[in-house]
Amino acid sequence: MKKLSCILLLFFFTSLLTAQVYFPENDGLKEKNNNYTAFTNATVYVTPTEVIKNGTLLIQNGKVVAVGRSVTIPKNSVIVDLDGKHVYPSFIDPYTSFGIEKPKRAEGNGRSPQYEASREGYYWNDHVMPESAAISKFKYDSKDADEFRKAGFGVVNTHIMDGIARGTGVLVALNDTQGDANRILEDASGNFFSFEKSVTSRQSYPGSLMGSMALLRQMYYDADWYSKGNAPTKDRSLEALIENKNLVSIFEAGSKDNNLRADKIGDLFNVNYVIVGGGDEYELIEDIKATNSKYIIPVNFPDAFDVSNPYLANYISLEDMRAWNQEPMNPKVLSDNGIVYALTTHELKKPSEFNEKLNKAFEYGLDKTKALEALTTIPASLLGQSDKVGSLQVGRYANFLITSGPIFDKETTLYENWVQGQKNVINDMDQKDIRGTYSVAANGKNFTLVISGEPSKLKSEVKLGETTYPSKLDYSGNWVTLSFTDESTNETYMTSSLITSEGTAFSGKLILPNGNETTFTAVRTGDASEAKEKEKKENTKDKAPEIVPVTYPNVGYGFETKPRPQDMLFKNATVWTGEAEGVLENTDVLVKNGKIVKIGKNLSAGGAMVIDASGKHLTAGVIDEHSHIAALAINEGGHNSSAEVTIEDVVDPEDIDIYRNLAGGVTSIQILHGSANPIGGRSAIIKLKWGESADDLIYDNSPKFIKFALGENVKQSNWQSFERFPQTRMGVEQLFVNYFNRAKEYDAKKKSGQPFRYDEEMEVIAEILNGERFISSHSYVQSEINMLMKVAERFGFRVNTFTHILEGYKVADKMKEHGVGGSTFSDWWAYKFEVNDAIPYNAAIMSNQGVTVAINSDDAEMSRRLNQEAAKTVKYGGMSEEEAWKMVTLNPAKLLHLDDRVGSIKEGKDADLVLWTDHPLSVYAKAEKTIIEGTVYFDIERDKAKRQSIAEERNKLIKMMLTEKEGGGKTRPPQRKENIQFECETLN
Amino acid sequence: MKTLQKIGLLMALSIGTIATAQQTPAPAQKETITITGATAHLGNGTVMENSVITFENGKITMVGGPSSPLKGTVINAQGKHLYPGFIAPAKSLGLVEVDAVRATDDQDELGDYIPNIRSIIAYNAESKVVESMRPNGVLLGQIAPQGGMISGTSSVVQFDAWNWEDAAVKVDDGVHLNWPNSFRRGRWWMGEGRGWSPNKEYQEDINKLKVFIANAKAYGKTDASYENEGFKNMQGLFDGTQKLYVYANGEKEMIDAVSTAKESGIQHVVIVGGYQADKIIPFLKQNDVAVLVRHTHSLPFMEDDDYDFPYKLPKLLVDGGLLVAIQNSDAANFQTRNLPFYAGQLVGQGMDKETALQLITSNTAKILGIDDAYGMLAPGKSATFFISEGDALDMRTNKLTHAFIDGRQISLETHQTELWKRYTEKYSRQ
Repeated sequence: MKKLSCILLLFFFTSLLTAQVYFPENDGLKEKNNNYTAFTNATVYVTPTEVIKNGTLLIQNGKVVAVGRSVTIPKNSVIVDLDGKHVYPSFIDPYTSFGIEKPKRAEGNGRSPQYEASREGYYWNDHVMPESAAISKFKYDSKDADEFRKAGFGVVNTHIMDGIARGTGVLVALNDTQGDANRILEDASGNFFSFEKSVTSRQSYPGSLMGSMALLRQMYYDADWYSKGNAPTKDRSLEALIENKNLVSIFEAGSKDNNLRADKIGDLFNVNYVIVGGGDEYELIEDIKATNSKYIIPVNFPDAFDVSNPYLANYISLEDMRAWNQEPMNPKVLSDNGIVYALTTHELKKPSEFNEKLNKAFEYGLDKTKALEALTTIPASLLGQSDKVGSLQVGRYANFLITSGPIFDKETTLYENWVQGQKNVINDMDQKDIRGTYSVAANGKNFTLVISGEPSKLKSEVKLGETTYPSKLDYSGNWVTLSFTDESTNETYMTSSLITSEGTAFSGKLILPNGNETTFTAVRTGDASEAKEKEKKENTKDKAPEIVPVTYPNVGYGFETKPRPQDMLFKNATVWTGEAEGVLENTDVLVKNGKIVKIGKNLSAGGAMVIDASGKHLTAGVIDEHSHIAALAINEGGHNSSAEVTIEDVVDPEDIDIYRNLAGGVTSIQILHGSANPIGGRSAIIKLKWGESADDLIYDNSPKFIKFALGENVKQSNWQSFERFPQTRMGVEQLFVNYFNRAKEYDAKKKSGQPFRYDEEMEVIAEILNGERFISSHSYVQSEINMLMKVAERFGFRVNTFTHILEGYKVADKMKEHGVGGSTFSDWWAYKFEVNDAIPYNAAIMSNQGVTVAINSDDAEMSRRLNQEAAKTVKYGGMSEEEAWKMVTLNPAKLLHLDDRVGSIKEGKDADLVLWTDHPLSVYAKAEKTIIEGTVYFDIERDKAKRQSIAEERNKLIKMMLTEKEGGGKTRPPQRKENIQFECETLN
Repeated sequence: MKTLQKIGLLMALSIGTIATAQQTPAPAQKETITITGATAHLGNGTVMENSVITFENGKITMVGGPSSPLKGTVINAQGKHLYPGFIAPAKSLGLVEVDAVRATDDQDELGDYIPNIRSIIAYNAESKVVESMRPNGVLLGQIAPQGGMISGTSSVVQFDAWNWEDAAVKVDDGVHLNWPNSFRRGRWWMGEGRGWSPNKEYQEDINKLKVFIANAKAYGKTDASYENEGFKNMQGLFDGTQKLYVYANGEKEMIDAVSTAKESGIQHVVIVGGYQADKIIPFLKQNDVAVLVRHTHSLPFMEDDDYDFPYKLPKLLVDGGLLVAIQNSDAANFQTRNLPFYAGQLVGQGMDKETALQLITSNTAKILGIDDAYGMLAPGKSATFFISEGDALDMRTNKLTHAFIDGRQISLETHQTELWKRYTEKYSRQ
């Protein structure tokens, strides 16, 4: 039986399809319908800004043939009198996966990661699939289409939402009636990209955001090289990328910072991505604006947290609470800044949430015309399809909405959503409006009936005197049925009547509880006033929501306004110069224009702010040679060399550990790549300018560094992995030799002027050989330390820094001879086998042998107490206090080639200074002020005030969320922000 | 001659490093010793300048001022400082040697309720990590099993011993319980998100625990006709001879833990961790609960917390009138030698130095129940103390010259000092 109905259905649908003209038709007669449909007396929005009152829209064969005030209506027209209703172009969602089955996750296959690609004849990385075509996987989904249409959409752009290069998308009209031959408007509607790996392959590389970025860059370099006919083999991925070069490129970035990352890649290769953002663009609006990119913006504003349990509410960060309060203003802020963007249902659970979210944006002041543009003309133009969709100009598809009034008004009803001239009813337009208050005479009693709510979802309330009778009302096809129950006797009355005219009275059949039939009459006595008042109340509640201010960065300890540099004079400080002058008592230091300009006694301020530093100690800012804070990724372990990645790509300026480091007197850090592979990635050397953007944290003209690593980690000794070369220290050496040999060849070829494949990895390694880039190498035991120095000497360069270097004391003489520095822990050991012989006297021994020694942290906690860690070298090995102090200031500056700018208090150097309450090497000392280039980034007094204001703001937002919950708003369980503390060995 | 001397030294050094895994434990005190002139930090909150301290047969016999009589061998400690040996609670020292080498790891047994797992019998008295505690003044520790819910039973040991029996100061002093968290990280391997969210099994976990405790108590009430080692090892909690160490940090968790323990008839409860203990000080006081507080050299749990919250937390609890000592259970074992500096950090937060000292000496001894002998410099107490050239709570001045455990003068050499000397010697020959 089931089968039969299926077959029947199939027939039914086939016959409905308008087959193409040249297709034979055997189930009926081949007849034409070239009639017109004219929609008259309508307010027609030809575009969001071109509005025709009392206009006519004329369509034929699925397209607009005329629109205007005085359109001649042909005789063979079906006329629909819209009686003042509004007509809009239907919405376009430029970013969906409509009709594409969710890609399946690849199954695991044993204990080792997969390093090689699974495909042959395609790109060397499985996550790059520009040859994927959504059209080949597309299967129209009428259920989803219905969801989209109910939300006002008529056309969606879809693609396979998986992988880094995702191939081409498809533009589809949500036309249930006609087949793919009609509804598919564009087979290849754009080229899609993201930073996310494909779930369909287990290939390890890339394992990080910076790896994805490097892979994208290499993909474009390779495409260029391939297009010039240099490749000896076939690569279908690159061929597709080259072929689709002129399509619009859509990049799912997903957050404000990732938007900038995507834009940077685009700039490098002259690709203007349309960027799919994250909804947090308002936090970084100036930088977003400066990208000059166009955007697709989601409206998945977060729900409030359920904060009714104060113990759990405690765990929610202010940042996450603010997101709930602030994110709905994102579209408005984008509009205010003149940024071109389309809106999308992307990231919503279902399209039906779209309108509710959009309303929230309106409450936050989004202009309704701008919103309409973001849903019609802008997505059409982003996709290069303005000649087909997005407006109701002549020649466009007849994709439009009929509404009762202005489309975004709350009381407006969406009646019909026409797609390619096919009518889809959302709410019955002809149905009479029966909302109001009625006096119902039934069975000798007079009831009061109030009908309210949305036309599609009416609510009823039945009362006899003051007693409310539970009731149920159903209204469709102009028939209204109402049942209500007298709870005292448990007797139910049922009525049924046809509505013939609007707004007066109706009558019909009444079935009494005893089953007898009689009649009833309902006379309209007024509006559904009560319901309206309630609505009004809601409206006033929603008006002008209080928005807490955005700070720099937009987290707990951010600045209300970005701090500015100040000229300042420290009076009577104990000054630790870190230079030959040593420690100077009762000395003044003058700072002007971000530089240290004078050190001496009784200096005059000359307009500079005077800071009384008597009894206090002034030092240069602490420098951490080995840090992993302020980064979104640390290891790219998908290959045994990842020289092509750079931490500069993934600096996170909002990491709270930046602030905590400042509170410990730290001003500069080197964010090193981790130790997952022998050749790691490039470093980011930054100043901790809390509140500035990632790029502004990075040093100008930054010295170039790269991380190398030796020993247990790169051999993968402490976890299950037996596939990747090297597995021994012997292999580590040969890996370096192999890469340096290759880089040498590469560099020679490049310099010879022959055509060569630009290889970012080889470029970086060649820089090492050419003395332009310095190595900081993770190292533990003496054999490997010695080995790397020998490899470097063979290739004619020197290793700049050994970091960790816990057995450096065993080969300090050799290090001195080679000219390499050591950056070590004060007292760590016993955490793995290769640190068995690590001793806290290491720094002192190396230093005594003439090696430049720094004490580093590799740890977010220790980094904020590096002054204390330096003090341990006084205890272990008897360093002098001044030398100990240099180990966290001048010496790391030397190792980083920054000692001409920072690391000591010297006239002409950057004013990166710390004012301490006590001897800076003492465990009792606290940083009072931490200054970078004359700007105070940490001040203990401001910190105190900030604690108070954070508590107040949290309290305010918690109250607001409680109100939201009480008012019936959606909530979600509390969440604690995941704050990953990276170390060298953190794989991500 | 000089060369000969050098060769001799070298031979001694190489023999030292090859022959011994650890410094040889010191013999029992034979002669009376008096230390004069030191600034004695008594561990009870007071300090005595120019002190004279005499000890005999492993016990302190006199603590006096400059005019006190000098008995036996005299050690002149003028300008130096004298401290009771520091005590490290809630650690797995001697249960694991190299963290990443599984073969050396004996700290975490399988099972959720295993009070019969006892640390003392696995304690490695010859651990190089334990040895490295001593040059910083950390002379005693409470060795606790890790993991699970009821991880096992701890013992207190001293750090200069031939074997675990020798090392034992107080055997089976307490049972260690990891209280469940009401908020936890998503178990991504089970398909949950990676962020932190409320733990739906929290109450269920507590209920299961209550059932175990109730059964253990019932077992002890009769002459049980069967053997249940787990239940048996819980009995000290009910009769008050053992303490329950509950690892909990959240306000709610601590309240639940203390209430559950008290309702179950457990006599003594100590909170280990106590990150939010400052919010429930009256409750903890009322229930007579001491806190082994999280050490100061740690990061705040929550993003909006004061940057220095971990620095000042112990002070907040002391100011509130609680009995507080410092532990570093969440740090690597080797870090425990930094115990004095965890206390030193408090001085920067405004705590008096002598009060800060109590948090790693007398208070710890009181909580562990070894205060009859340890944690203070007073007549009748064990002669377990050390001499430092300067302030032992500050890194740059913590430099030990002498250390005694039960009157035995222990070696301050370690695997690490030996390597230091060996390589210093290597370079001096060049």
